[in-house]
Amino acid sequence: MASHAEHDDAQLVDALKRRDEAAFVQLVRRYQGPLLRLALVYAGSRAVAEEIVQDAWLGVLQGVEKFEGRSSFKTWLFRILVNRARTRAEREGRTVPFSALGGAALEPGEPAVAAERFRGPSDPQWPLHWAVPPRSWGASPEEQLLARETLDLVERVIAALPPAQREVITLRDVEGWAAEEVCNVLGISETNQRVLLHRARSRVRGALESHLDPS
Amino acid sequence: MATADVPELTCKDVVELVTDYVEGALSPLDRSRFDEHLSTCPYCQIYLAQMRETIRTLGHLPEEAVAPEALEALLARFRRWR
Repeated sequence: MASHAEHDDAQLVDALKRRDEAAFVQLVRRYQGPLLRLALVYAGSRAVAEEIVQDAWLGVLQGVEKFEGRSSFKTWLFRILVNRARTRAEREGRTVPFSALGGAALEPGEPAVAAERFRGPSDPQWPLHWAVPPRSWGASPEEQLLARETLDLVERVIAALPPAQREVITLRDVEGWAAEEVCNVLGISETNQRVLLHRARSRVRGALESHLDPS
Repeated sequence: MATADVPELTCKDVVELVTDYVEGALSPLDRSRFDEHLSTCPYCQIYLAQMRETIRTLGHLPEEAVAPEALEALLARFRRWR
């Protein structure tokens, strides 16, 4: 997706190669928040996440001369972050999420909605249709959905997801990336990306449902 | 267009296919089976609407705040690099 920002990045990267400080500052401001959010997936604490982000920027300074723009700067930058975070976790003997396993088979996941909410497979009238259907969140639920309390809940649900799901939902839905960009950065197939996204979104929807319709 | 040899989707199928549906990843046949189910199932319409609301909400999380010291430390590194 060759966006406006991407074009703009390319100009800033050219300036960075000429050691332009203002260009560096602009790139840092643009990506620091998103980098930190992703780093938090791998780090046990905010302090460690911040170190990982600093480390990624050092990687940029070290490598920018050789960066030829075959991928977008954003993809390159986030790959550096992911690689450094994983290397670090290995060194510290922690387990890493591992979408790095790319083509590896996904473990079977829990259903998107608890089985008890559907009628049984041999229901005479409506097999496997809703027994306890979802209820509308209202004609304009924005106010409730975007309330601080709700957003805090969503943050907590994401933080509790398995790391591979958390990586994907963070980049796709929180940061708003295209599927292809996410696959490139995480080194996973489109299909795995979609399965992880599905599980993560289903989990968040379920938490919102419990929150908004606690009956 | 459900035909005699293509079984109709159940609600349980729909909640598992919903991401492929919103991502545009269903085959044309599965997509029409999905639409067919939706057209007669108000509960799954609600489910789909909730999924879309969920995605929209995720896009509204506040940005991670960056410590000013972190920016300063980076700038110091940049100046050494330059």
